[in-house]
Amino acid sequence: MKLAESLLKSPGTPMFNIEQIRSDFPILKLKINGKPLVYFDNAASSQMPQSVIDRMIRYQTTQHANINRAVHYLSETATEEYEKSRNKLKCFINASEDREVIFTSGTTEAINLVAHGYGRKFISSGDEIILTTLEHHSNIVPWQMLAEEKGARIRVVPINNAGELLIDEYEQLFNKHTKFVGITHVSNALGTINPIKQMIEFAHARNVPVLVDGAQAAPHMKIDVQDLDCDFYAFSGHKLCGPTGIGILYGKAFLLEHMQPFKGGGDMIASVTFEKTTYNTIPHKFEAGTPPIAAAIGFGAAIDYLSEIDMSVIEAHEHDLIDYATEKISLIPGLRIIGDATKKVAVLSFAIDKIHPHDIGTLLNQEGIAVRTGHHCAQPVMRHFKVPATTRASFSFYNSMSEIDALISAIQKVQKIFS
Amino acid sequence: MMNTKSLYQEVVLDHNRNPRNYGSLDNANRSADGHNPLCGDHLNIKINLSKGYINDISFQGESCAICKASASMMTAKVKGKTQEEAETLIQEFREMTIGKLELDSNHHLGHLTVFSGVRDLPTRVKCAILPWHTLHAALNSVATVSTEAGNDPMHVSIGNA
Ligand SMILES: Cc1ncc(COP(=O)(O)O)c(C=O)c1O
Repeated sequence: MKLAESLLKSPGTPMFNIEQIRSDFPILKLKINGKPLVYFDNAASSQMPQSVIDRMIRYQTTQHANINRAVHYLSETATEEYEKSRNKLKCFINASEDREVIFTSGTTEAINLVAHGYGRKFISSGDEIILTTLEHHSNIVPWQMLAEEKGARIRVVPINNAGELLIDEYEQLFNKHTKFVGITHVSNALGTINPIKQMIEFAHARNVPVLVDGAQAAPHMKIDVQDLDCDFYAFSGHKLCGPTGIGILYGKAFLLEHMQPFKGGGDMIASVTFEKTTYNTIPHKFEAGTPPIAAAIGFGAAIDYLSEIDMSVIEAHEHDLIDYATEKISLIPGLRIIGDATKKVAVLSFAIDKIHPHDIGTLLNQEGIAVRTGHHCAQPVMRHFKVPATTRASFSFYNSMSEIDALISAIQKVQKIFS
Repeated sequence: MMNTKSLYQEVVLDHNRNPRNYGSLDNANRSADGHNPLCGDHLNIKINLSKGYINDISFQGESCAICKASASMMTAKVKGKTQEEAETLIQEFREMTIGKLELDSNHHLGHLTVFSGVRDLPTRVKCAILPWHTLHAALNSVATVSTEAGNDPMHVSIGNA
């Protein structure tokens, strides 16, 4: 498809001009192996627009000092900008209060915070934790560590061959021992969007709290934590056009207040004597030590950038991308799409007969195309589909239809090499 | 940067398509499993070793083209060789993939130098080297090896994949 056509095929709103969007991202101008970069590894980490880069530079050149500590101008400015970022995140996910947004180093730390702060306090021997087959290892391992320590048990929701959770089986896993549920909103390996609102409602009817791993959902759709009524929601800045080293944990205030701190140190205390420490209020109770201030402010700038485009516009364009890519790629003989859930984000995992994903990845790289190959930190998913690894192309709103055309012809070239 | 296609040369593609010595071995007296946890590659090597000679060798498993071709060419190369000769080849191959072997030096690798290109692809070094690790393990009666450091019987860093 030619560019003009792809523009026409983009969402009906005149606000969305793909070429203009692309020009916001300096890295997209790169050539790799002499070919224009086609970046399809967005599920691993997304790229950063100039406005976010600029914002971090401005902070570092004119606003930096430590936060929450001194009365001087720079410290007050830095604190204010850091807190403004928290407020932007709060609005982005429609939390009811700023203090329900805790800055973490990313999704992984956010989940570990809950496993420690909630799990170690409220889960004990004989209790059960429900997870799903679609989880990223970061929403499996912290719970396994907890279960091992406490003598608790992990129960797993199975999936069907489209890569969708079996909701009947989920409901049957509940019993009087069930104490916690962890679900990924969107599968990183397959793109499946899980019916989390319904799953949360079911758990809440049995007084079980739910953590949602939103790492792969927040970049692609409008998140409303009050509407979902989730107890915890976690995601990372670097998958949302922001920097690495920053992410958030949203938690309902009354739960956060009852949890134990995760890390001890400065800023998380109200008073310290050697006899007793009184913890600070939330969110500070969970933010020990000096945080990555520039990253948090950059994350806020990324949220501004995305909000200006509008998440619903992003969702619509990505929908067009995945429809187009799925249609085109399905025509390639010997190629099997892994995961064809009815509801999915713009992630395409696939396997090609007799060609190992690593060979595909290396040869696509030769064409300037960046994809991820491997198990995607989701080995239970790979096991279900009986493949050791897949090739995954994951799209972002700054990808174009013509880039998908480039992927299709590169795959055909790979098949020719191996024929 | 090297041209990746030079790694996927016809000889490599051919060994991938029609691997030599593929399958099992009835009279094997040595066997080892090699595993690369990062990409899921795994293979099994069986040897009939007697009086210090590799009389017969086979391999089996699931892996990428680089690993499979490397295994196929390796088995063809070491069949009939002494254990010492095989160990020398293992050492030379390993040095080649990490860029430590002068290609025009006096080595014994022959056609196996088609794999020299992996030194520019750090994530693929482990694919090429896995069969050689596994052969080393089989010759030394180690049952399983992994390309991950802690389990690496050769105690060498072979790049971060
Ligand atoms: C679904 C999911 N959860 C959690 C993570 C972990 O995110 P991070 O590495 O930013 O902590 C990822 C990242 O790949 C993911 O895709």
